[in-house]
Amino acid sequence: MTEQVTDARDTTASPTTKPWGGRTSSGSASGDKVFAGLAYGAGGLILLVLAFVAVFLITESLPALAPTVFSQQDSIASADSFWVYVMPLIGGTLMASAIAIVLATPVAIGIALYISHYAPRRLATPVGYVIDLLAAIPSVVYGAWGMITLSTAMVPIYGWLHDHLGFLPFFAGDPSTTGRTLLTSGVVLAVMILPIITSLCREIFLQTPKLHEEAALALGATQWEMVKMTVFPFARAGIISSVMLGLGRALGETMAVTLVLSGGVFGLSLISSGNQTIPSEIALNFPEAFGMRQSELIAAGLMLFIITLVVNMIARWIVSRHKEFSGAN
Amino acid sequence: MAKRIDAVDLNVYYGSFLAVEDVNIRIEPRAVTAFIGPSGCGKTTFLRTINRMHEVLPGAYAEGKMLLDGENIYDPHVDPVSIRAEVGMVFQRPNPFPTMSIRENVLAGYKLNGTRMSKSDADAIVEKSLRGANLWNEVKDRLDKPGSGLSGGQQQRLCIARTVAVEPSVILMDEPCSALDPISTLAVEDLINELKKDYTVVIVTHNMQQAARVADKTAFFNIQGTGKPGILIEYADTKTIFQNPENEQTINYISGRFG
Repeated sequence: MTEQVTDARDTTASPTTKPWGGRTSSGSASGDKVFAGLAYGAGGLILLVLAFVAVFLITESLPALAPTVFSQQDSIASADSFWVYVMPLIGGTLMASAIAIVLATPVAIGIALYISHYAPRRLATPVGYVIDLLAAIPSVVYGAWGMITLSTAMVPIYGWLHDHLGFLPFFAGDPSTTGRTLLTSGVVLAVMILPIITSLCREIFLQTPKLHEEAALALGATQWEMVKMTVFPFARAGIISSVMLGLGRALGETMAVTLVLSGGVFGLSLISSGNQTIPSEIALNFPEAFGMRQSELIAAGLMLFIITLVVNMIARWIVSRHKEFSGAN
Repeated sequence: MAKRIDAVDLNVYYGSFLAVEDVNIRIEPRAVTAFIGPSGCGKTTFLRTINRMHEVLPGAYAEGKMLLDGENIYDPHVDPVSIRAEVGMVFQRPNPFPTMSIRENVLAGYKLNGTRMSKSDADAIVEKSLRGANLWNEVKDRLDKPGSGLSGGQQQRLCIARTVAVEPSVILMDEPCSALDPISTLAVEDLINELKKDYTVVIVTHNMQQAARVADKTAFFNIQGTGKPGILIEYADTKTIFQNPENEQTINYISGRFG
């Protein structure tokens, strides 16, 4: 990328490489320079902002990460060590996000596929709009809905899950009577990330080359076989990216989880009250926190930052593993 | 087994627009039949009605009969999917599946059928089909590489190998050489000559020399003007069409007066 930009600038700026004698191309040359500068600037700015955030997170969380070194204390405020404090929060965050991804991804791909390849056009457009509209609802509204409506509706379902699947650790333990559990939070998160995944997948599905779709159909593929043979492989990288974007939102979502979840100690059971996520923990406690407590919360934020980074790196690795077969060449 | 194709009073529509009008033609098995004519004359549209690919486009349909060895493929009980498995198609631009290796591309049709086969059977089919497409020697050492890494001409022959792998009765080719260089074109034309031993081959081409080189019979399509439907003007042995055509329009077209 960088090399191309440099090359383009060099050739346009150098007077010896002007093939069109009298016609000066100075306008486009300076335009190239401006554009290259803007692109460099934008790229650099992102790195700079990221670096500042990282530096802030690390310096502010050092007292909690190593209390004996940086704050002359034996332990942090809420537990013996920071890891004892943060591990349950990481566990809660990952579980809530996992529920959201597991629930939202198949539905989102289904809707996207329906819009792109199955629905008649007069139906596809309005359905697409409605999905996009879901993304426009503020997260606090989702939270309120989850707290008041969804959690009540989930109570009988939790009872059923406990009776029939109670042997699984996820459905063991007493079902919550309010329904304000990690599973309800996960469902709310799933609804919130649904439009993100759906919109991206739909765009990607629509870009499947007609040539390849027809190749599959001409071999005697049914509509669904054609989708499996051409649309999904073509969209593979895009589906993963869209899921990662959704996961990013689910990991960081604060308001909805804070409103829905009646938090508590970590446990594997998704239907009892308990568990907490990092963003919700920070939001609930940050206003009153100072000193060591504040460092703890910022350090928890740092953990979330690292998790998101790792998730994105894994996603990139998955995408790049099949680069040769991606259809981009 | 190669099959005979008979179109009877076939009209092809895009929505309310009549694209091809009233085609009656008998296409012989184990021969190459070429469709020639100016752009927009409906030759590709008509070709795509032979395997019911035409109706993939929204609003497109055909009326009349298309008989494959006497059986009407537009009979309401017939599933277009089964027709497309029997009537193979090669497209204008090479379109191997980019996410599949060369080997997987050749076996794609079997994958669709859900045919279970041993690795040795699959290997045999891959080799036979690639040999049939004159591609085996060029790719035998890199069967697991993506098909999209081949040159355009090789990709097109890979598409032909993919089509012949499932042993269809008819092979349709929609300007198969228009995106290829002369050397690759020659390779594909040689291949077409071999394919006609086993298959009914129908080829649409813009290149009259190509039609003269490969086809046993040639059909000339034309339109009377914009918005008018395409019509089959003349259909005869290739020699007759190019040396002794009956119709005034055919004479004008092949002598290069228009088109």
